[in-house]
Amino acid sequence: MSRIQTLFERLRGEGRTALIPFITGGDPTPALTLELMHRMVAAGADLIELGVPFSDPIADGPVIQRATERALAQGVSLRDVLGIVRRFRETDDQTPVVLMGYLNPIEVMGNAAFAEAASEAGMDGALIVDVPPEESHQLVDAIKAQGLDLVYLLAPTSDAARIEAIAEVASGFVYYVSVKGVTGAGHLDVDEVKSKLDAIRARIELPVGVGFGIRDAATAAQVAQVADAVIVGSAIVGRIEALAQEGQAERIPAVIGDFLSELRVAIDQTNDGGQHG
Amino acid sequence: MATRADDLGLGKPPMMAAEPYQWPDARGHFGPYGGMFVPETLMHPLTELRQAYERYLGDPDFLRELDADLRDYVGRPSPVYHAERWSRELGGAQLFLKREDLNHTGAHKVNNTIGQALLARRMGKTRIIAETGAGQHGVASATVAARLGLECVVYMGEVDVARQEANVYRMRLLGAEVVAVKSGTRTLKDALNEAMRDWVTNVDNTFYIIGTVAGPHPYPAMVRDFQSVIGREARGQMIEQSGRLPDVVMACVGGGSNAIGLFHPFIGDTEVAMIGVEAAGDGLDTGRHAAPLCAGTPGVLHGNRTYLMEDANGQIQETHSVSAGLDYPGVGPEHAWLKDTGRASYVAVTDDEALAAFHGLTRTEGIIPALETSHALAYAAKLAPTMRKDQSILINLSGRGDKDMQTVARMEGLQL
Repeated sequence: MSRIQTLFERLRGEGRTALIPFITGGDPTPALTLELMHRMVAAGADLIELGVPFSDPIADGPVIQRATERALAQGVSLRDVLGIVRRFRETDDQTPVVLMGYLNPIEVMGNAAFAEAASEAGMDGALIVDVPPEESHQLVDAIKAQGLDLVYLLAPTSDAARIEAIAEVASGFVYYVSVKGVTGAGHLDVDEVKSKLDAIRARIELPVGVGFGIRDAATAAQVAQVADAVIVGSAIVGRIEALAQEGQAERIPAVIGDFLSELRVAIDQTNDGGQHG
Repeated sequence: MATRADDLGLGKPPMMAAEPYQWPDARGHFGPYGGMFVPETLMHPLTELRQAYERYLGDPDFLRELDADLRDYVGRPSPVYHAERWSRELGGAQLFLKREDLNHTGAHKVNNTIGQALLARRMGKTRIIAETGAGQHGVASATVAARLGLECVVYMGEVDVARQEANVYRMRLLGAEVVAVKSGTRTLKDALNEAMRDWVTNVDNTFYIIGTVAGPHPYPAMVRDFQSVIGREARGQMIEQSGRLPDVVMACVGGGSNAIGLFHPFIGDTEVAMIGVEAAGDGLDTGRHAAPLCAGTPGVLHGNRTYLMEDANGQIQETHSVSAGLDYPGVGPEHAWLKDTGRASYVAVTDDEALAAFHGLTRTEGIIPALETSHALAYAAKLAPTMRKDQSILINLSGRGDKDMQTVARMEGLQL
């Protein structure tokens, strides 16, 4: 069983919702990313999504675009991000790490070479935002040959046929994008999310995470009522940016740790209220 | 670089004659190129768009409306002009110019925006968005939006906003909102990123008019089909005027819409050589250029697989060209396929060569071409003297140079 499957089996047994933070690898520095990953786990993160910087991130809003630019300014590459994961695994062999990024850096490395390097580094899966199932067969074969999971996005615009097509190729979990828009945008409507999740669960057995638009403990708690995982990106990356700009980068792990602890408490209280499911 | 006629396959036996050309395939692939590499949110609207496009391209009522607009509003057909004086001066092949510069708004771009805007209206969309580099596609989009009463937002890199002020003002006069994009390299590719983000956010009421033969399927095929009016007209006009097909068809290539529009109706005419001319900027060996077909490698950007200017880590590189309309690190996927199959060949000319051709045509024929177009003219001026006087080159004069007055004057140390 993969680390991702093991995690969600355990959480299902406990009646808990997973907390999944997203950060961009190398923002503001590779060393801080490593420290931050450990700190996030200590604060209650169940799985970490690690972004690979790409020059043209069409699915990302301004906050994550700027994180990407900060990482790229230091020359952080896909290989560097895998290097961060390798070091993370030296002291943590439990917490799943999923790489999130765009296809071109992988395409340049080669699908098979990427899958091998990712597996060797201790990565558990990948979510490539610009690869829908129609374009993913070569990547799927390479990723699955290494026993890694390929995570897919689902959107408010995904109809039944698309959900079924994604069910055939996805593994680990699926990521429901709760609003039409880029990362960090929009206001999430929990009732709308719930009805869409029902449609997804009727066709996909994997756990369903919900992201885009979760900015604080209150929205995290609302989403925890309906989702198997709460995914938080821009709200974290925005805090990283503010501290980096104020010259207080060394405080990033502590501040983000506190923020995640708040989210953890809010999610757990919701779960304990028995509203999950 | 090969400029001799025989290096370009002139007079060689026809290639690919056995099978009719039927690209892209059902999923938008041109061989390994093209496709739909977009976030999940866009897959549904792209499917809707493909269905609408397939339906209306076979709908006589839609085609009548399109033809009437191209005739009465754009001014089609555009003439083919035999540039006799320029041909004599070069002393070789006869040069013919397909005068897309005479279209309403001054370039070929409007052929496509008319088509897509009519499609948008049939699909019930009330808001159109567009990206633009030199501003020609932005102006063409703002123009049709004004005429059809649609809201229009144009994304333009901050760098391009500064170097194409006149077009920014034109778009605003036409009622469009021009958004200066400050991310990345602040040029055309970043404008495209921002337009995609807008579309993801506003898919319900918004139609994205892509200005070139790039982007996810169905855009490369759809834009090609709307632009193919150029080649269809020119093919008939060449036969009428010279009694035969041209030996070479030639066009500049940024994203490649004016080139595909000219080339596509000639693909089956295997005796006609097709040459696309990219921007070599300061020179291909300097790295400061915009010539992915001549000096790039395959990758995935903006929804399709194609040749790109990218570094060893797959990051897209900054491009350099005197011409904002060619300043793009990718190219339409069909050009990538035409290159790999050998049906078309691609070359590049520098800023200086393009500028010399700009002056050359202006002085000998009284036609001021766009700087983009001047790249094709520069290569034609190299090739023509290597050909016989009874041979001919048809060049797509894709746009007029009024928008480039400031740029050219500045390069010559003048302030207008």
